[in-house]
Amino acid sequence: MLYDLLIAPFAEFGFMKRALVACLCLAVGGSSVGVFLILRRLSLMGDALAHALLPGAALGFLLGGLSLPAMSLGGFLAGIATALVSGAIARFTSMREDASFAAAYLTALALGVLIVSLRGSAVDLMNILFGAILAVDDQAMFLVAGTTTVTLVGLAAIYRPLVVECFNPGFLAAMGVKGGLYHYVFLGVAVLNMVAAFQALGTLMALGLMLLPAVASSFWAREVWSMTAIAAPMAFLSGAIGLLVSFHAGLPSGPVIVLVASLFFLVSLLFGSRTSVRARLSRPVHLRG
Amino acid sequence: MNPVLKLVDLTVSYERHPAVHHVSAEIPAAEMTAIVGPNGAGKSSLLKALVGLAPRIEGRIECSAKRIAYLPQQAEIDRSFPISVLDTVLLGRWSRFGAFGKAARSDVQDAQHAIEAVGLSGFERRPIDTLSVGQFQRVLFARLLLQDADLVLLDEPFAAIDTKTVGDLMDVIRRWRSEKRTVVAVLHDLDQVRHDFPNSLLLARELVDSGPTARVLSSENLLRARAMAEAWDDHAGACEMPLPPSPVIPIGAKRSGGTSSSHAA
Repeated sequence: MLYDLLIAPFAEFGFMKRALVACLCLAVGGSSVGVFLILRRLSLMGDALAHALLPGAALGFLLGGLSLPAMSLGGFLAGIATALVSGAIARFTSMREDASFAAAYLTALALGVLIVSLRGSAVDLMNILFGAILAVDDQAMFLVAGTTTVTLVGLAAIYRPLVVECFNPGFLAAMGVKGGLYHYVFLGVAVLNMVAAFQALGTLMALGLMLLPAVASSFWAREVWSMTAIAAPMAFLSGAIGLLVSFHAGLPSGPVIVLVASLFFLVSLLFGSRTSVRARLSRPVHLRG
Repeated sequence: MNPVLKLVDLTVSYERHPAVHHVSAEIPAAEMTAIVGPNGAGKSSLLKALVGLAPRIEGRIECSAKRIAYLPQQAEIDRSFPISVLDTVLLGRWSRFGAFGKAARSDVQDAQHAIEAVGLSGFERRPIDTLSVGQFQRVLFARLLLQDADLVLLDEPFAAIDTKTVGDLMDVIRRWRSEKRTVVAVLHDLDQVRHDFPNSLLLARELVDSGPTARVLSSENLLRARAMAEAWDDHAGACEMPLPPSPVIPIGAKRSGGTSSSHAA
């Protein structure tokens, strides 16, 4: 019974197996990126960045049809271009970076939808916007797994300067370290993860598996490394549970996965060990010192 | 006495409006110097220029210090960031292990000693968001201790800090002086400056005076400093003092005549 419920779908169906492995990869790499996105107060900007992949992916679609490499490369280039352009706008004018991001991604999103509609059908558009994790093939698996490898190695390499650049950028600058360089390396890694998540969850929800577990982890952990250590399994569980629920209930998997992640967030918000609702309500007696 | 720092006709400007205007001064080595002046007088901008954080400077800074430590105002640090006291203090050894190296055991021990020295023993594993303003300032002083710098720049180290903490931190500063380190601090408490800092620099965008504190903080000088215009004059004309040509004109600054080699005054 339990076997039928939890194991059989993955054991019997190749597409479920691949989807599960894709979720594992996205969870491990993406949630660490998510933690840094939150700490840099870039969570909404990350979302904007994910939308900005669309015109690139659409251009890839226009030139190469529904080909993963073409769409991924296009998406990656569009994401990097958006990050660089809005970063440059913020640096050379007095406009704040979030505003310039908003301007860039709205332009990109409209452009993307327009390009897709030039050639594709509504089904193609839905695929790009909402993804299709059950359609993950071997090629996509390599992309996702490769991204995770690059992400983990990359983040481990720049971990310290990235943490300090979030926490006290002036200190790094005074030490003569170019913190901006690490910022852009990180943005590059973030875009890479969004491209990987894009096939599975689509441009609109690509950040779901990255951000929700990361936000949830901040209710439990007090340091960056422990946040990532909590966020990654949470993200993977969201993926696995989401896949099972969508399999048994016949629901689209992308939104279900993201909703399960939201559930983790909600539980953490209510019952987390620090700054949660429970922590605020359930400690009427203050400590002695 | 040899100056460790020499400012030559230094101008620091934001969008062409100068925060520090044609300041020339010398800071003596192995001495405690206070930078004093009203809000908006350019004190923080001056320190920022010294560590290379000012967006744009003209003139010259001659510095013979090998290692500079800088304490920013607390508002410039994200105090809600999830990082422990020990890790924060250890950053003081950045010049030794850099972005990728490993902190030696001796670095960790030194960090623990520094935490002890500022009176925070037992706080090593505490996340910094649980600390009070005063405790966090002690953490930043511990980090400065670890930096082992011969020039220490402090930007309002005692803003919103209680007397007990000020006393403890002043002990740290005096220790630096006895170790022949140069200390430059932006301060607002004139009594404290008169009492503890033999040397002063009175700033009101322009230099009012610099030298022995007793002379610099005369009532006449303070009055002049207070009379400084705080306004940001949108229609200021270009400064007539000759300056080296600068190719960059920041976007957003109103051009109000003059050539690109001048800056607004």
